[in-house]
Amino acid sequence: MSLENFLLVGAILFSIGMYGAISRRSAVVVLMSLELMFTAVNITAVALSRYVLPAGLAFDPSTTSDLVTRSLLTGQVFAIFIITVGAAEVALGVAIVIMLYRNRETVFVTDANQMRH
Amino acid sequence: MGEPLNLGSGTESTIVLDIAFWVISVSTIIAGLAVVFMKDVFRAALFLVVAFLGTAGLFVLLRAEFLAVVQVIIYVGAISVLILFAILMTRDTEQGSPSNRLRYPAGGVALLFMGAAIFVCFNSDWVLLTEFLQGGVGEAPGLSEATVAKVNEVYADTIPVIATLLLRDYVLAFEVVSVLLLAAVIGALALVRER
Repeated sequence: MSLENFLLVGAILFSIGMYGAISRRSAVVVLMSLELMFTAVNITAVALSRYVLPAGLAFDPSTTSDLVTRSLLTGQVFAIFIITVGAAEVALGVAIVIMLYRNRETVFVTDANQMRH
Repeated sequence: MGEPLNLGSGTESTIVLDIAFWVISVSTIIAGLAVVFMKDVFRAALFLVVAFLGTAGLFVLLRAEFLAVVQVIIYVGAISVLILFAILMTRDTEQGSPSNRLRYPAGGVALLFMGAAIFVCFNSDWVLLTEFLQGGVGEAPGLSEATVAKVNEVYADTIPVIATLLLRDYVLAFEVVSVLLLAAVIGALALVRER
């Protein structure tokens, strides 16, 4: 269990999500793949903030303790923002999928190739 | 710095933690693969729940307990249910999830990206916190006693620190993100409203 292990899991999950988001035809599966990518980014951000020392601390031993407090958990705060944006994205995405189904009787992104309805 | 580090309870690689890590990460990756490759969309959504739970477990191993709870509440509790409702409302489950013409290029791009990311992660010269806590690497001096004590204090109870960061240092982003959520709610309502 080291930084590299967590980054490896993040990279594999992100690639799986990337493949699904590009190659699947159903809009719901594309949404799920996007959520997988968000999750992978969260794992990476938290792992980096957990294991990697901020540069200001590493090469300046006289830094104040307040800087430690401020910089140690920045990755977790970023992950909270990413989760919020992901939630907003999925709410809008589901609304768009339902609208698409109502107008076109399909959820396939390959059939949604016109802006008008 | 001989005293045991409070930080160590999440950092030291005990055999139990290693086993937990490998079990959780392998099941998360298998669940992720199932999300993409499962023919039945409903089952894919259920495997998405498994992947989210595995991520929450990884957060616990990373000593981010607050984030693990947030992950379970928002992703497992809310987003999965939203996606399941979308599947139920569109009733296209019997058609499965076929792939489009970009299947092989997409696989190539994803594999290429994965290779690049893994290369970067194993070839970067990470400045690790644990090495510095244990007394410095190379010519760089180790951290002072006060800093080590502060690090231990932060990881002993992370939630107040996260609250301070959210409401003091990143308060602008915090407000912007709440406006974004409001816009998303209004937008979703306006989209699905019957005309």
